[in-house]
Amino acid sequence: MSDIAERVKKIVVEHLGVEEGKVTDTASFIDDLGADSLDTVELVMAFEEEFGIEIPDDAAEKILTVKDAIDFISSKQG
Amino acid sequence: MRRVVITGLGLVTPLGTGVEHTWKRLLDAQSGIRAIDTFDVSDLPAKIGGMVPRGDGTNGTFNADEFVPPKDQKKMDDFIVYGVAAAAQAVKDSGWVPQTEEDRERTGVMIGSGIGGLSAIYETSLLLAEKGPRRISPFFIPSALINLVSGHVSIIHGFKGPNHSAVTACSTGAHAIGDAARLIMWEDADVMIAGGAEAAINRLGMAGFAAARALSTGYNETPEKASRPYDQGRDGFVMGEGAGVVVLEELEHAKARGAKIYAEVVGYGLSGDAHHITAPADDGNGGYRSMAMALKRAGMTPADIDYVNAHGTSTPLGDLIELGAVKRLFGDALQTASMSSTKSATGHLLGAAGAIEAIFSVLAIRDQEVPPTLNLDTPSDECAGVDLVPNKSKKRRVRAALSNSFGFGGTNASLIFKEYAGS
Repeated sequence: MSDIAERVKKIVVEHLGVEEGKVTDTASFIDDLGADSLDTVELVMAFEEEFGIEIPDDAAEKILTVKDAIDFISSKQG
Repeated sequence: MRRVVITGLGLVTPLGTGVEHTWKRLLDAQSGIRAIDTFDVSDLPAKIGGMVPRGDGTNGTFNADEFVPPKDQKKMDDFIVYGVAAAAQAVKDSGWVPQTEEDRERTGVMIGSGIGGLSAIYETSLLLAEKGPRRISPFFIPSALINLVSGHVSIIHGFKGPNHSAVTACSTGAHAIGDAARLIMWEDADVMIAGGAEAAINRLGMAGFAAARALSTGYNETPEKASRPYDQGRDGFVMGEGAGVVVLEELEHAKARGAKIYAEVVGYGLSGDAHHITAPADDGNGGYRSMAMALKRAGMTPADIDYVNAHGTSTPLGDLIELGAVKRLFGDALQTASMSSTKSATGHLLGAAGAIEAIFSVLAIRDQEVPPTLNLDTPSDECAGVDLVPNKSKKRRVRAALSNSFGFGGTNASLIFKEYAGS
């Protein structure tokens, strides 16, 4: 697991209060991890803070799963 | 009009968490006031407060995790967490668990707050200034809105009836209970979860009330002595925090399910001073009229009231204005009544004050014992002949109790509770 993936999953665990095992790559924040629309806004903010990047709203709308987040952040940091 | 009784109680106060724990400490003449150690008070004139004792939940300490999952706590200012906690206690105490959709739709919530999420507003303002709008949490607004106590309680318990909240400064808790009782009387609900919650002890709240010259500043070294209603040495109120919530229930509804009945809500009066934003009218006519209205509604005379839980915040002017109004209204009947200010032990919980004091009044009826006014060592001259229950609780007959709450803006509320004899 890459460093980015680990950090993303750690944030998801902390913010959504879910077990680490449930935070798989394909897990959907809303459908699988119990997030609501406000939770996802806050998650994106946490990603921005952690990785020092800006995630525009149109990009944020497409981040629906753990993998979406990892891929987007990797592309920004790559 | 339908009759309304109280079937559940919940408390989070500076004396502790839980009704029995708080009540025992109150009767034992203990104080919940201490030095503020959670933020910098070095430049503030008032350095003490009635903070809710935190801990692991044992021995009356408050453990938020018992009431709200940790991940959800950051979505709530402390006033909401306290309100949710007090409501959970009250609902559990009442034993009311709606079984049908109709039951849920007939159960409502009215929990108010005087100020709401002041800490959330304060901290988020600092964040905005420092880091800009992109750092503002999507949970900021719902963490600060006053009616979100009622909102969370309805969501947690599935109560789908009237969802409302009172906001009348320091009269909030009393107005919430009185108005909620009326919703039941008017058949808009059969059960209402009602009360008040407050958590405004932060630098902004302390600086604001100090600027209004409302706070005690002369007892920073002896916090437990600072709240001293009616005593000649009083010099302002002490900020408190916490929540009080009751379960109100239509009498036949309560009887049908065999609920334990603490007392009946028989009187409710409201008035406005039309005088000043922070000072009560000199002659106390607003408080007088709210008490008189509550008595009239109850079909009672002052001679029927055995205990008055005073608003009595420990301010030089306010205490005597209220006392004067009580004296004029009660006349000779005051000779056989007892009157105390429990703010001497809890401090002033602002929007939660009326609710916790309603609960203390109900418990005085239950236990036939009235709580003391602490630190009443040298009463003001005007107190002569009035039993203000100085420093020690008192066993006595309590058939009915009247609780006063007066708030900034000149808003007054009085509630009367009567022992329920089973008829």
